[in-house]
Amino acid sequence: MGFDAIVIGSSAGGLNALKTIITGLPHNFSTPIILTQHLSPHSDSYIAEFLNQLSHLTIKEADGGEKIMPSHVYIAPPNFHLLVEEDFTLNLTVDEKINYSRPSIDILFETAAIAYKNKLIGIILTGANNDGSNGIIQIKTFDGFTIAQSPESAEVAVMPRSAIETGHIDKILPLQEIAAFLVSLCC
Amino acid sequence: MQSPERQTNIQNHELELFLELIYRVFGYDFRNYNKAHVKRRILHRINNLELGSISELQHKVLHEAGYFDLILRDLSINVTEMYRDPGFYKSMREEVIPILRTYPYIKIWHAGCATGEEVYSFAILLQEEGLYERAQIYATDFNQIVLEIAKKAIYPVSKIKEYTRNYQESGGKKSFSDYYVARYDSVIFDQSLKKNIVFAEHNLVTDSVFAEVNLIICRNVLIYFNKELQNKVVRLFTESLIKGGFLGLGSKENLMFTDVFDQYQTIDLKEKIYKKLVITKK
Ligand SMILES: C[S@@+](CC[C@H](N)C(=O)[O-])C[C@H]1O[C@@H](n2cnc3c(N)ncnc32)[C@H](O)[C@@H]1O
Repeated sequence: MGFDAIVIGSSAGGLNALKTIITGLPHNFSTPIILTQHLSPHSDSYIAEFLNQLSHLTIKEADGGEKIMPSHVYIAPPNFHLLVEEDFTLNLTVDEKINYSRPSIDILFETAAIAYKNKLIGIILTGANNDGSNGIIQIKTFDGFTIAQSPESAEVAVMPRSAIETGHIDKILPLQEIAAFLVSLCC
Repeated sequence: MQSPERQTNIQNHELELFLELIYRVFGYDFRNYNKAHVKRRILHRINNLELGSISELQHKVLHEAGYFDLILRDLSINVTEMYRDPGFYKSMREEVIPILRTYPYIKIWHAGCATGEEVYSFAILLQEEGLYERAQIYATDFNQIVLEIAKKAIYPVSKIKEYTRNYQESGGKKSFSDYYVARYDSVIFDQSLKKNIVFAEHNLVTDSVFAEVNLIICRNVLIYFNKELQNKVVRLFTESLIKGGFLGLGSKENLMFTDVFDQYQTIDLKEKIYKKLVITKK
């Protein structure tokens, strides 16, 4: 069974975790990845550039109205929520923060689940809050596949642990094994 | 009574019917707002009211007082702050103000002004640049409730630290505390800032040209609209601007992919500030 997209949520410690996953993906990895990393609202857009230099994939900050393309990784801009439309385009909003966060992982996951249904993989990585847990539940409601980074391998265990406690995580993996597992699911 | 199961999706044809009815009955047109956003807000409302479906919500909105106000609130995101994106104000000061200064009288339109923070931020800038006295400022929104808050110019004191920082970064020339007095947990902005501001209800989707103005500031409103509606609204802006007038959008909004792009010159690509050409290309 194939998957059409991957969504990733990360918070404290996320940059290193993302780097490990992204650099572990081969150049022919074509499933689009959409990710929300919590940032300070005042931070600039360096993470897309930083990750892009390390990878064969095209990694960019998401623009409103943009079509989701294969072999691309889209990152939520600081201070905006990122949503997936059912026509597989991306949109941004400035709605209230959720759990003190904008971008919110839950918003990305909940809208992506409606758009991609059972063709979606959702991944929760390291972080110090419980954003993304509701999103994980929504992804399972639509029969998608869910992964949490193992709390032992996480810089901050709170967020993956909270996702696991929902009872809706299909696979718990140490950080080092996530990329290879995605390749086995998608390629 | 047992509360119904949490709803996780709305069928698209049901959502479209709902928005169609809202438009016909209340005159507010959300049919071309971005779908994922509208669906998410309505889903939350259904679950928050512990309803079992969108048709139950529809029934309440059509037949019970107060429910439409909830929907309007859900779909008009009134989140705002003073000097949001300080770089935008800095660029306005440096690139736009010198040209506005050459006019004896200027008109400015803030479209989608929410609770007014952006309007007072700009009014302060105009005062510092010596342009306030010759400015007529129109501040509009389609949500009457936020306009009432905007008219008061009273904001929570808890935000002032962040606003002060933004003000300084935006090139503010004074001490920010010169502009307000603190009372309990609120701050009240200097009433003289209001003198040349008219707050009015205006719907960008269904109302027509508002006035002929030198500058339009419309930030973080188009972001909620689909391509078609964005085009319609920027055409309205183009009609409302004098030749050589300016348009300032939000940091993630863009004229580039709209039909009117060739009628503008880009003044600041990053801060999304544009100038309507004096000689329009055919
Ligand atoms: C996110 S706020 C932006 C406030 C401010 N401009 C800023 O950038 O901080 C969006 C505002 O647009 C208003 N709005 C949405 N649709 C509108 C419409 N069709 N006509 C007029 N105002 C609208 C909402 O009521 C809300 O106050």
